[in-house]
Amino acid sequence: MTNALETKQLVKKFGGVVAIDRFSVQIRKGEITGIIGPNGSGKTTFINVLTGISAMDGGRVVIGDQQEKGGIKAWEVFELGIARTFQNIRLFEQMSVQDNVLIAMTKRSPLAALFERHRDIHETLVKEVLTRVGLYDKRRALAKELSYGQRKLLEIARALATSADMILFDEPFAGLFPEMVRVVSDILKELRAGEKTVVLIEHDMAIIRELCDRIIVMDAGQLLAEGMPKQVLTNPAVIEAYLGV
Amino acid sequence: MEYLIHIAIFSAIFGILAISLDLIVGYTGMLSVAHAAFYGIGAYATTLLLKMLGLNFFFALPLAVVITMLVALLIGVVLSKFKTDYYALASLGFGVIVYVVFQNWLQVTRGPFGIPGIPRPDMFGFTFVENVAFLLLALVVLACVYALARFMVRSSFGRILTAIREDETAISVFGYRTTSYKLIIFTIAAGMAAIAGGLYASYITFIAPSAFSVNESIFILAIVILGGAGSLRGPLMGAVVLVLLPELLRFVGLPSDIAAQMRQLLYGVILVLLMLYRPQGLVGTYKL
Ligand SMILES: Nc1ncnc2c1ncn2[C@@H]1O[C@H](COP(=O)(O)OP(=O)(O)OP(=O)(O)O)[C@@H](O)[C@H]1O
Ligand SMILES: [Mg+2]
Repeated sequence: MTNALETKQLVKKFGGVVAIDRFSVQIRKGEITGIIGPNGSGKTTFINVLTGISAMDGGRVVIGDQQEKGGIKAWEVFELGIARTFQNIRLFEQMSVQDNVLIAMTKRSPLAALFERHRDIHETLVKEVLTRVGLYDKRRALAKELSYGQRKLLEIARALATSADMILFDEPFAGLFPEMVRVVSDILKELRAGEKTVVLIEHDMAIIRELCDRIIVMDAGQLLAEGMPKQVLTNPAVIEAYLGV
Repeated sequence: MEYLIHIAIFSAIFGILAISLDLIVGYTGMLSVAHAAFYGIGAYATTLLLKMLGLNFFFALPLAVVITMLVALLIGVVLSKFKTDYYALASLGFGVIVYVVFQNWLQVTRGPFGIPGIPRPDMFGFTFVENVAFLLLALVVLACVYALARFMVRSSFGRILTAIREDETAISVFGYRTTSYKLIIFTIAAGMAAIAGGLYASYITFIAPSAFSVNESIFILAIVILGGAGSLRGPLMGAVVLVLLPELLRFVGLPSDIAAQMRQLLYGVILVLLMLYRPQGLVGTYKL
């Protein structure tokens, strides 16, 4: 099986805090890879580095069949076929639900964007992703007017609308009602069925067990364990560090 | 009547300034207080091209716009290093610098003495000497600027600008090089301000630095905020209201020097009241 992404000795520091510490992992194509670890273990920082939101301080990243990179710019991420959601929801609050999704689909170059109006192709895709998360009726509402759960779903819809090959989800289930949890986990399974790569940061072990093909355990910015959920979740070191037994 | 025409011309000029500043402040979320600098550069460039090279106004104005846009591009590159409050302060710095240049580059601007005797525009032998004619010209130009702004904000480009205002980091992850977008809209808006400058110079037929001071930038910003940042009709309405209000003060019978000071006070009071009670302005929806 080929890798969608590989990191080699990745390092990220915030002043004296080493948030990512010589972190080397592989994310396989077409799988759901779970990332677990205690609070502050560096999960969010990891995907922030991968998506150019935080600059890396050391190490390399290989994405797909691209060259090794020593740094990633945020605006390159889309071209690399990656999309993401944010743990602390980051929508375009004073824009409509529909416009939030359109941003994921319109022309990236300024000149092309200037002469682009949103048209039927956009309408169709907007309808598709918003219907998927049950927000189509709300398409004209402002993002800030949605409930917490709806906002999380809108972020997911926005990521789906990019049609990226790999989507990084940072705790997409946190704070969702059970029926919404169902919707999101179905979406992740559909992505896998469509041979997309999914990275899922999640604290709920039941969800992790149900969805993940492989899991990566982080602790204090380091790789603590990786492998199939069954093996990893019974690993004594993991139980001690994470499950706090 | 002549007086109303005068006010209408000023409303049109400030309408252009406010719409263009709104593209920067309201749509893209960059709190610029340098707009009067581009207004001034446009006015001086038009004036010099008219008086020194003897160009026709309708050639001089586009050239002045290009010159202003080049300066704006340079300033914009530096400003693109800043965000939020720092952006506002840095843009203030540029506003002051440009003003100081107007004041002190005597060979070119004649400093505080200003440049008198600027000709009115003429086209195919018709000179816009009558204010009615000039008003028509100003309105046509305003309509063009409005149409261009509307075209931009209604395109994907406009949506991207608004998303930059809302969360620049988030949108950049979606593959947009936000710095280019910000630079482009800043430069285009500066070009629009230059058009207002050219109109102003040839309407008043005299320019001096004081018309392009930081105070003037704040006045334009007040128009945008009063009318409603992030909409196009808002700044237009704001321009009419804020140009008209001080004139009304004069009608109340206040002597003109007191009225002038009341004008400043009025803007201050209006801004404070707006921020307290209606931060989205008269017709806007976006809260700064
Ligand atoms: N922008 C930042 N500035 C300074 N320190 C940071 C920053 N972001 C993260 N950190 C620190 O880096 C470490 C890793 O944080 P991170 O948010 O990646 O953890 P996490 O695994 O996502 O935790 P959680 O499960 O709570 O979301 C923490 O010690 C955190 O305080
Ligand atoms: Mg986190």
